[in-house]
Amino acid sequence: MTLKEALNLSPEEQQSLKSELKAKIEASDLNAYIDSSDDGCGGVPIAIKDNISVKDWDVNCASNILKGYKSPYSATVIENLHRGGMSAFGRTNMDEFAMGSTTETSVFGKTLNPHDKNCVPGGSSGGSAAAVGGGLAVAALGSDTGGSIRQPAAFCGCVGMKPTYGRVSRYGLVAFSSSLDQIGPITQNVEDAAILYDAIAGHDSHDSTSANIEYKPTVIDSDRKMTVAVIENYLEEVDAPTRKAMEESIEALKSAGHTVVYKKMMGTKYDISTYYIVAPAEASANLSRFDGIRYGNRIEGDNLEELYLKTRTEGFGDEVKRRIMLGNFVLSSGYYDAYYIKAQKVRHLIKNEYEQIFNEADLILSPVTPSAAFEFGTINDPLEMYKSDMFTLSINLAGLPAISLPVGKDDRGMPIGAQFIAKHFDEQSLFDGASSLEKIINYKG
Amino acid sequence: MFEIVIGLEVHAQLNTKTKIFCSCPTSFNEHQNSNTCPTCLALPGALPVLNKEAVNKAMMFGHAVNATINEKSIFNRKNYFYPDNPKAYQISQFDVAIVEDGELMIDFEDGSSKRVGITRAHLEEDAGKNTHEANHSKVDLNRCGTPLLEIVSEPDMRSAEEAVLYLKKLHSIVRYLDISDANMQEGSFRCDVNISIRPEGQEEFGTRVEVKNMNSFKFINQAINYEVNRQIEAYEDGVYEQEVVQETRLFNTDTGETRSMRGKEESADYRYFPDPDLLPLIVTKADIEKAGNIPELPDEKKQRYIDELGIRAYDATVICADKAVANYFDEVLECGVSAKNAVNYLTNELNGLLNKEGLTIHESPIDAQKLGAIIKNLEDDTINGKGAKKLLEFLMGEQTEVDAAIEKLGLKQVSDDGAILAIIDEVLSNNEDKVEEYKGGKEKLFGFFVGQVMKASRGSANPAKVNELLREKLG
Ligand SMILES: [Zn+2]
Repeated sequence: MTLKEALNLSPEEQQSLKSELKAKIEASDLNAYIDSSDDGCGGVPIAIKDNISVKDWDVNCASNILKGYKSPYSATVIENLHRGGMSAFGRTNMDEFAMGSTTETSVFGKTLNPHDKNCVPGGSSGGSAAAVGGGLAVAALGSDTGGSIRQPAAFCGCVGMKPTYGRVSRYGLVAFSSSLDQIGPITQNVEDAAILYDAIAGHDSHDSTSANIEYKPTVIDSDRKMTVAVIENYLEEVDAPTRKAMEESIEALKSAGHTVVYKKMMGTKYDISTYYIVAPAEASANLSRFDGIRYGNRIEGDNLEELYLKTRTEGFGDEVKRRIMLGNFVLSSGYYDAYYIKAQKVRHLIKNEYEQIFNEADLILSPVTPSAAFEFGTINDPLEMYKSDMFTLSINLAGLPAISLPVGKDDRGMPIGAQFIAKHFDEQSLFDGASSLEKIINYKG
Repeated sequence: MFEIVIGLEVHAQLNTKTKIFCSCPTSFNEHQNSNTCPTCLALPGALPVLNKEAVNKAMMFGHAVNATINEKSIFNRKNYFYPDNPKAYQISQFDVAIVEDGELMIDFEDGSSKRVGITRAHLEEDAGKNTHEANHSKVDLNRCGTPLLEIVSEPDMRSAEEAVLYLKKLHSIVRYLDISDANMQEGSFRCDVNISIRPEGQEEFGTRVEVKNMNSFKFINQAINYEVNRQIEAYEDGVYEQEVVQETRLFNTDTGETRSMRGKEESADYRYFPDPDLLPLIVTKADIEKAGNIPELPDEKKQRYIDELGIRAYDATVICADKAVANYFDEVLECGVSAKNAVNYLTNELNGLLNKEGLTIHESPIDAQKLGAIIKNLEDDTINGKGAKKLLEFLMGEQTEVDAAIEKLGLKQVSDDGAILAIIDEVLSNNEDKVEEYKGGKEKLFGFFVGQVMKASRGSANPAKVNELLREKLG
């Protein structure tokens, strides 16, 4: 059942939908969910990633350090869901503090890909994507800092959308990297993504980075003809099945009457370097509040310093620690200019590069990942792992909106995604283009 | 000979209704952790939103010290772990402050004055409070997030006296602007002092030592003098390099000494970076101009008193230094009394009595209306000067109306000719021998007769009248 259909159900039918889902979740071995909490508000059940605060629910960010913490307040997006006839239902698994690309860094154990249980679901919103892809959720909310919605959506064969930075309130989203984080929908199709996006978007006075600009609800026009830029050099960096799926998408767009132009970008190695300076820098400060003093999982010590040390040593996993250390390093005196400031400059260059392309195009089409979902245990080097987000990072660095949708399968039958990128606050074009491609490709999961 | 170089960093809590980044009230004397919310408790997912009132108050200060007010300023994160700092970073304007490059004048008793530069004044948030008991500590976050204006001076002061004069002027300015309660005992106006010495004529500065968290003019004076002596002695003993190091020291109010708090804080790297949760603070030219509509400042008021009321410069300085005293003075004047008497009775008589009791003008049992009424009774000859002083002393301890007190103490002057003449007649007839001597040329005795008449009237006779009538009687 799609979100659009579910919204037309009677309250009783929506209630029984919840019961059905609960039974499915309990019977499932995907480990997409941490639990099937219900916020008690009537409406269509939406699965919620474990880093979005829901009043009286645990918010653990899949970390040991936040075990036992219940939020006394709801994130703005949750309030918005309620206004839109939806409710929070079920906590989905994720990489610890959204740091990871496979959902393996979760303290609740790994989530399996619904298309092949030997494969990763992607991350960090792997639980949300596996739930939607595996038929365990009508739709879900995830968060995207460097691809954390789009990459798992691509791996699990669903639609994932990252709004323009500032479009959706971050109030109540446990911060990973404040200048990159956005909450967005993971759904079964483009139309549902637009519905869920419309429900959560809009200005929020609790978030200083929330854009106070006019917001028009989306009305999808899949017949609109647009100019789509394809990043030529990105096509050379993907595996053969992904390249094939991309080329079929390009042909499909042409056949639907869109104009395709080819462009080059300076290269994903700059995106990766910049992202892995900016995101850990902000994260190192954002995660400092988890000190065991006021909430969460405190490990006692003989003195204050020992309490801090033990709490944080036992509370955080390896990937989180790696990024905190990286962040502290790039911010420390003597290195700040060489790393942090330089990264901010490159970030500007990336932004400018996109602006140049958008002078000539309405949308950009690019791969989401270099390949479809890989098997557990095949990538062990953190630096290799970071490459799985190589095509998604720059969009967060530039603050642009993007949507990933399934456009093909590899020879193993694993879904392959493509993403559209639009200008700041031009989500309308994003949905128009994605809807058009979705129709022609007619992907079947 | 050595030159002393002093720079000051003052933290003034801004008296906004709510905290700087959330809507919790700023009153923090309530039950521990009651004025808190997800933002100031640093709960996961909570975000800061800047309080515009705090920005406005900072801009008012900028205008008051002739500073540049930046249209764009930046909030940074200052990272350090401590339980009273729940986010483990303090949000503070580090890269670009809202106020830069200001100045104020300090006034010496001899009437001369000196300019002290203000490097910058920036907005930041206050921490909570940790208290330690036996084997555990408590954290109260009511104060956490109270807006602070950190005002950093140039190293322009050359003595403890200048430092204290600067602080007093600054204190007076923020009180006049009503941007801070500036209560030193409660910590809403506290100061870090940077002190160094250099041999006279040497261009480069000596090693700077910081004495932190001072909250009384007296202790600041003591701490500076102690620190200056310590540094000079070290220099003269040839151990300056070893003993005077760039560090933070604390002043011990019991021993009057400063001691090093060497340790972690010294090597701290705060890893400042712009807070991504807050966009750069942008104020428009119109905002800046609007904030320029500030109340009369102490220096302006002082000049007005001198020019319009003819008050001596020294008295005007004393009255204007404290906004509460100046307001009190204005209220006394509104009772229609002369400026001269108002100055005298406020700065000498009342002030003397308040000092004896250790009271401030706010706590004075005699309010401005009462002091005005006392002076008024003096000026219309209802009571005399002696009576006025008696009345003041009496009213310090008794909440009574002025008229009732005059009645009760029997201070009403007798100015009626007939009544005074009757007393004079009685005194003269009781002292016929003295009258003879007086008439014989012993004119000194006139004072004796005045005293006898005053005594017989129990002090209530109008002395001027007594003099006049006695002269007539004795011819
Ligand atoms: Zn608060």
